[in-house]
Amino acid sequence: MRPIRTLEGGHEVNEVFFTDVRVPASNLVGEENKGWTYAKYLLAHERNGIANVGISNQKLSRLKRLSLTQKRSGKPLAEDPLFAVRLARLEIELRNLETTNLRVLDGFSKGAGPGPESSMLKIIGSELEQNFDDLTRRALGRHAQAHTPEVFEPGYNGPQVAPKNMANQSAAYFNKRKVSIYGGSNEIQKNIITKMILEL
Amino acid sequence: MDFQPTEERRMLADMVAKFVQNDYPMKARLDAGATDLGYSPRAYMQMAELGLIGAMFDEDIGGFGGAGFDIATLFTELGKGLVNEPLSDTALASGFILAKTGHLGLVEQIISGKERVALALIENGADYDWTMPETLATLLDGAWQLTGSKTSVKFAYGVDAVIVSARTSTSDGISLFLINASATGMAQHQFQTVDGGSACDIELNRTPAILLGLEGCSYETLDAAAARSTLAICAEALGIMDSIKTMTVDYLRTRQQFGTVLGKFQALQHRTAQMLLEIEQAKSAVTNAAKDLDAPTDERNRAISAAKYSIGRIGCYVAEEAIQLHGGIGMTWEYDLGHFAKRLVMIDHEWGDQDHHLMRYAQS
Repeated sequence: MRPIRTLEGGHEVNEVFFTDVRVPASNLVGEENKGWTYAKYLLAHERNGIANVGISNQKLSRLKRLSLTQKRSGKPLAEDPLFAVRLARLEIELRNLETTNLRVLDGFSKGAGPGPESSMLKIIGSELEQNFDDLTRRALGRHAQAHTPEVFEPGYNGPQVAPKNMANQSAAYFNKRKVSIYGGSNEIQKNIITKMILEL
Repeated sequence: MDFQPTEERRMLADMVAKFVQNDYPMKARLDAGATDLGYSPRAYMQMAELGLIGAMFDEDIGGFGGAGFDIATLFTELGKGLVNEPLSDTALASGFILAKTGHLGLVEQIISGKERVALALIENGADYDWTMPETLATLLDGAWQLTGSKTSVKFAYGVDAVIVSARTSTSDGISLFLINASATGMAQHQFQTVDGGSACDIELNRTPAILLGLEGCSYETLDAAAARSTLAICAEALGIMDSIKTMTVDYLRTRQQFGTVLGKFQALQHRTAQMLLEIEQAKSAVTNAAKDLDAPTDERNRAISAAKYSIGRIGCYVAEEAIQLHGGIGMTWEYDLGHFAKRLVMIDHEWGDQDHHLMRYAQS
């Protein structure tokens, strides 16, 4: 197993090598050669999860609170018209996604379970979550540059540059570029939509 | 307009490109970026000896350049190599201010690389807006003392002196002061930046300082210095985007997926083409700003804001798009792209972000 360090400096993924690994035949999951069918079923569920509506709602609340305490030219960021418009756009997208998500789930409950519609949720949800991290980074202004994970260490009582829960916000923004790549990249999701829903 | 660089500027570009290729490996850059200083003092001195700091200043103050296109040419090449040594943060704006206020001896030291002077403008509460410092200077027995705080002063750790903006007890106009690094009452809190570098928060408590220029009258000088530094980082971003474009196109040409190279998929071809034309627009924005760097103030500031807005918008788009076009490998530390992307996005957080400059342009 070889650790892979991600671009912002974290470690959460690994490269795993298998060489002549012996596995008892009784450990075969389901039937032989059906792995991809099972995986696709799981992936459809995973994609619903990646829509992350709950997390985006949390990020929206956090960002709204931040916009009241962050200041530009002495005034709260919330009063900056360009920032307010950016925030309003994201909130509208999120309200729309909540209902799209519920409509898709309603379809699943009446039909045979998750289908290609999950791909829509994955694309919209992943990009929206990225946009929340993007706007939170913007809200921090000059402090977005700070990368100070030391403030989370137990017993740290030194100075803070960015607000405490934002000490790694730009690192989080860069890390979250992954969500439009994993779980089947958003380009792959568009291929699925094209083939399975649009039947082009 | 003649878009071809002059012979001198072509030579400058070639010299920087050679320096990057022969003496500036990525691993050393990343290692230096993780230190308290945030860069390699040896590389900084090498660049000074090559005359790269001199290229940012007029001949009459000891340099051999100083025009908008000199600065743009230099920083575009530095950006291509993701060079981290703070030529803009500890030499360009501070050297310009010191020259304007008659401190030519110190400018000479800056050009030689022997002295580095940071510029501390940003305060909590105003953020990108440097026009309203709360830091207060008072005159006591004929000597100035400063009290206040500055935040996110890039590469201030280890400098010889800091230039600080302040208002005075007798004037709300901006005054500039020079503070020796060892002055009493100055406390620095050093921290790392996400793009691999260093910055400081600075606390001043009755710190002795030397007034630069006239009390309350430094707005114009500071505005002109800000324009030079803003142009420099716009050009740096352009160089970074050039390298990102090359990496992305090379990857699309070689990476096999679904039985062919990625570059054969039309969806990706169109996105790469879009990226290319956005970068060309960014290049034009930097060209306009370089041309107008010494134009009348309003004209200059409009061109600078147009460039910084364009670079901010296009830079973030290019960083995100290039990572997506690469896929998983673009997310890894060991592949260079991520480091270029981080610096490119962080440039939007220096000298005013895209919204700041869009608003300044709209209101000008």
